[in-house]
Amino acid sequence: MSRLWRASPLTYLALIVAAGLSVFPIWWMFVVASRTSDAMGQLPPPMTPGGNLGANIARLFDNTDAYFLTGLINSAIVASTVTVSVVFFSSLAGFAFAKLRFRGRNALLLVIIATMMVPTQLGVIPLYLLMTRLEWNDRLPAVIVPALVTGFGVFMMRQYAGQAVSDELIEAARMDGCGTARIWWHVVLPALRPAAAVLGLLTFMTTWNDFLWPYAVLNDPANPTVQLSLRALSDGYYQDMSQVFTGTAIVTLPLLLVFVLFGRQIIGGIMEGAVKA
Amino acid sequence: MTVQLDARPPVVPAPPRSSGRLSRLDTRLSPYLYIAPFFLLFAVFGVYPLAYTFWVSLHDWDLLGADHPFVGAENYTRLLADPDFWHALVNTLGIFVISTVPQLLAALWLANLLNRGLRARTGWRMAVLVPNVTSTAAVAIVFGVIFGREFGMINWLLDLVGLDAIGWKSNRFASWVAISAMVDWRWTGYNALILLAAMQAIPRDLYESASIDGANRARQFWSITVPLLKPTIIFCAIIATIGGLQLFTEPRLFHSGTNPIRGGPMRESQTLTMYMFENAFAPHYNFGYGSAVAWLLFALIAIVAAVNVLILRRLGGGAGPRKETTP
Repeated sequence: MSRLWRASPLTYLALIVAAGLSVFPIWWMFVVASRTSDAMGQLPPPMTPGGNLGANIARLFDNTDAYFLTGLINSAIVASTVTVSVVFFSSLAGFAFAKLRFRGRNALLLVIIATMMVPTQLGVIPLYLLMTRLEWNDRLPAVIVPALVTGFGVFMMRQYAGQAVSDELIEAARMDGCGTARIWWHVVLPALRPAAAVLGLLTFMTTWNDFLWPYAVLNDPANPTVQLSLRALSDGYYQDMSQVFTGTAIVTLPLLLVFVLFGRQIIGGIMEGAVKA
Repeated sequence: MTVQLDARPPVVPAPPRSSGRLSRLDTRLSPYLYIAPFFLLFAVFGVYPLAYTFWVSLHDWDLLGADHPFVGAENYTRLLADPDFWHALVNTLGIFVISTVPQLLAALWLANLLNRGLRARTGWRMAVLVPNVTSTAAVAIVFGVIFGREFGMINWLLDLVGLDAIGWKSNRFASWVAISAMVDWRWTGYNALILLAAMQAIPRDLYESASIDGANRARQFWSITVPLLKPTIIFCAIIATIGGLQLFTEPRLFHSGTNPIRGGPMRESQTLTMYMFENAFAPHYNFGYGSAVAWLLFALIAIVAAVNVLILRRLGGGAGPRKETTP
């Protein structure tokens, strides 16, 4: 490492400030979640956890407007279904784009890249009308089915498959009489595992966090995703912030857990994608 | 469609006719089979709604009306005459500018800090990325409290240094700043990591020869790093544009109480997407009018993204050597 790249104490100081700003709102969210609602009126604001977390959780799950438990279960169902589907279809399509020869391959790949740039969110109104016709309004398929594939996923798997799977291996499998489906299952999928894991994590977090589309299509307050439960809490219980913050903390916790366990892989995925994209 | 592993007896040079045809069919057709799910689902739930939005926008179409007559451009003319639309447009652009510019500058600076021989490298990277993995809705609620009028932490800090409290939710410009702070909190670290990845791809000997020529750190940063990062900066700017102009969750949950979809009592921070929701869904359920908003927003995103590219191409003199973009 040349002397140009040494980190001075000033570098560390600046990084400490940046890291502090990043972590502080999350920390403070857990502080308020563990205190009574009086914490909101205290200045200077309390910075250490209190002992009221259990009571807040009990009040939150008893709340008859937020349907918090239903929200948690629904979000878990939606996010895991979408994750499995995105990883499955993306690895299939990514393999095809990276390793199989077919007419129109480059043009179709360009279409996929273009879909990543198009703000499909703006199609919510016809999507809503479509869901009404399918009678999926207020039901989970409305938020699951449109999310089953993503252009990002296909593109990411295609990039990874291009370098992780050797052509010789595929040729050899073909010589042995393997059809493409078997090649995908026995040769490609094992090699794609690291990228599939990152894609799965990113998809799970995105889906878990999604707000706009569920907000549009799930109008039955008794059948929300957990983000919609948060909305119900925020709109109705701004007097009882410790309860609201308990909700936000519980919603954030699984994401933080995933991040602490797999942060290195997620960072690797983001940075590799940036270099190749 | 799977072919048996032992379908070809090793002694026979030519495979049996049926198996051969099957395998030819397999190599010819299976690629399409593998990519079909994406294109089918995307056609139904991505392309069709976007195109159909335009069709709906040409009709007088609401939730209750039994039929929806064709009205041509009427929704658009009504929209362009609506002061609330222009108000939301200005809010959206205002929040976009005061969030994106500092965000990209801070990300550049942060990436530069991270691009050094650091102890606990992964730890620092995780610390700056953690805002990006949190729930947007949860964070919007937390920031709504931090920027509270009476007991908010920011006003308390202002008071400590002898400044007056600010009505972060009732003052239009102040609410833009608060929402921008939220957006930047989430995205600065993410962009920093993307820029860092691009920085690490810059060959070190460029800097070494520059420092032999007597260029100091700052000089090297602005005349080597930034020009070489230009494609990546453009990429970040376009992503920020697409996201920033569609901003919804943050301003929606920053406000609570009655009718928060309006972004405050006087629509202080109602973005275009919120305006679209207010008209297309509760309380109005006017799908035709809402669709017109969606299409104008779509056009706006395309225009601003193009302007971004033009501006950023010009900045910093001639085009730097493009980063290798091997697909």
